[in-house]
Amino acid sequence: MHLNVILAQTMLGLSAGVFYAMLSLGLAIIFGLLNVINFAHGALYMLGAFVALIGYSYIGPWLGYDDFHLGFWWALIVAPVVVGCFGMLIERFMLRRLYQFDHIYGLLLTFGIALILQGLMSRYFNVSGTAYGGQPDSLSGIVNLGFMYFPTYRLFAIVVSIIVCVVTWFVIERTSLGAVLRAGVENPRLVEAFGINVPRLITLTFGFGVGLAALAGVLAAPIYSVSPLMGANLIITVFAVVVIGGMGSIGGAIVTGLALGLVQGLTQALYPPASETVIFFIMVIVLLIRPAGLFGKDTAS
Amino acid sequence: MKKTLLTAVCAASVLAFSSANAAQDLSNGDVKIGVLTDMSGVYKALEGPGAVTAARMAIDDFGGSVLGKKIELISADHQEKPDVASSIARKWIDQEHVDMLVGMDNSAVGLAVQGLASAKHTITINTGAGSTALTEDQCSKYGIHYVYDTHALPVGTATAIVKNGGKSWFFITADYAFGHSLRDNTSAIVKSLGGTVVGDVEAPLGTSDFSSYLLQASSSGADVIALANAGGDTVNAVKQAHSFGIVSRGQELAGMLVFLTDVKALGLKTAKGLEFTTAFYWDRDKASREWSKRFFKQHGAMPTMVQAGVYSAVTHYLQAVKAAGTDNSDAVRAQLGKMTLNDFFVHDGHIEANGLMAHDMYLVKVKSPEQSHGDWDLLKVVSTIPAKKAYIPISQSACPLLKH
Repeated sequence: MHLNVILAQTMLGLSAGVFYAMLSLGLAIIFGLLNVINFAHGALYMLGAFVALIGYSYIGPWLGYDDFHLGFWWALIVAPVVVGCFGMLIERFMLRRLYQFDHIYGLLLTFGIALILQGLMSRYFNVSGTAYGGQPDSLSGIVNLGFMYFPTYRLFAIVVSIIVCVVTWFVIERTSLGAVLRAGVENPRLVEAFGINVPRLITLTFGFGVGLAALAGVLAAPIYSVSPLMGANLIITVFAVVVIGGMGSIGGAIVTGLALGLVQGLTQALYPPASETVIFFIMVIVLLIRPAGLFGKDTAS
Repeated sequence: MKKTLLTAVCAASVLAFSSANAAQDLSNGDVKIGVLTDMSGVYKALEGPGAVTAARMAIDDFGGSVLGKKIELISADHQEKPDVASSIARKWIDQEHVDMLVGMDNSAVGLAVQGLASAKHTITINTGAGSTALTEDQCSKYGIHYVYDTHALPVGTATAIVKNGGKSWFFITADYAFGHSLRDNTSAIVKSLGGTVVGDVEAPLGTSDFSSYLLQASSSGADVIALANAGGDTVNAVKQAHSFGIVSRGQELAGMLVFLTDVKALGLKTAKGLEFTTAFYWDRDKASREWSKRFFKQHGAMPTMVQAGVYSAVTHYLQAVKAAGTDNSDAVRAQLGKMTLNDFFVHDGHIEANGLMAHDMYLVKVKSPEQSHGDWDLLKVVSTIPAKKAYIPISQSACPLLKH
């Protein structure tokens, strides 16, 4: 295969990989710090894209100002905040009641929330997708990378996602705030003794993880059509990424997300029919060899 | 108590008897039409609630009654599931005495319902599904296929493109029966006209990112990138082809199955230049415009070819009931076979013995934003594809009913 083709597929893999990385990062934070398997993550990613879409195309006419559009740059801030707040409400009023029980209850609750959100959005929006019109003109061009023509917007999405991932990793693994967070999970009583409100900390963390999903949703809106099922299609793959990377490993989620995007990109070029299954194939192998995942610590023993 | 019950039973039977007398040629004293469609899923926009509106309009325009009795309309959501569709169809036919079923987008649904209804001597007019199997190897005595099929779509598009110089083709195919059949039909036409197929990539159904496939198509150097897929797959592929600048660098995109709603979803900026075949475009002539504007007032969107087809199918069915003087399926089906269909949707159409309604199709091209004057001014009709060229001739049909 020609080098240019491999480079081109690498870029495409990267552009899929950053979404895997952002979503699995949010999942890993929520699982690592709250011990909740958040099945609603895909639906919240979808909700993020819809906040951008509604803000751009619908909210103006609804409020009677036909000319009002919530632009893309604003959506990058508004959507994570709105969806993050929604996530905090879920944590505060629903999930919190389930911490004392087995993981499976949190999983069932979030799965139910996902189904409700998807059903509600399908009621009002086209399931085959609606085009997002708010992509700024400054990002709508095509860049000649030498080995391929690449859309400026995808390049932008890759850069933004990687920055967000690295900053998040740094905050949680390398700062005192992150240390407090991790300690709050290990030993909440001790941390509370230092005068820190642990339940509030957990609510905020959940909101942050959910906000990351919403941010990924906004970034995805100009690339894919905004559809009520966009998250459902993606979340299964993202869970496989989390399992391969190791449940709860922040750095592992980022690296695995990017790597599997690349693997998938190359598979699409080499043997397209396997492109949807290659990640699960890797998951099976990893689970057989390293049940805790590539970056996970073996806690079972 | 017993006495009142007895009186009631007597009264009811007298009533039933008298009403049976009044309309002795209509089963159960009325004509009932059922629209079985997708009200919540991927094909909602192209058939769905708009099809119910179209059927309601057809009944109202017919005067609301036929042979002196009211025409009733019911509708249901088949959820794109053949088992759900079958159980609704069974209930409709057995318990609600539905005389004719229309709609049934999705080929799996269409084939299941047509088989079931035919076994119960009930007419189905399929407006939404594409599979040629409906009138070929799985044809049935009471099943009619009205709007388009996977043979008619590529014929027009591929012929026109090859003749305009698009000689080498690359396929992006949805990896299931529908996609394969579209690709095979299209390649056969391309090759028969002296074109070549330089490559083919099979993308899983529901792929959200087509960029890798598009890149392969682009680097193949083919004149034409053909999308043998439908719905969300087509929309995503066209959108991403645009973002990679494939069309602006000189390759042509051809959609094998595109609906007006897909073009609307993509926007003209993205979809401009896309060529495809359709059975109907609202702005084609005076009659289509007049009807479509009435439809728009009720539905809030211009009709797809499927929705226009529902109106046309229901109208012709009612005309056949009137002409036959009964809603007996055999008589109505025989009458439909004799009629020449003419309205804003179809010109000189005929329903063949295998159930195929052969009619002219149209090759259209998506306008550029500069060419468009209005929200729904989306397509330009490039040429008409005569019914004889578009559909499989009855002499070559593989329908077992024809081989007695």
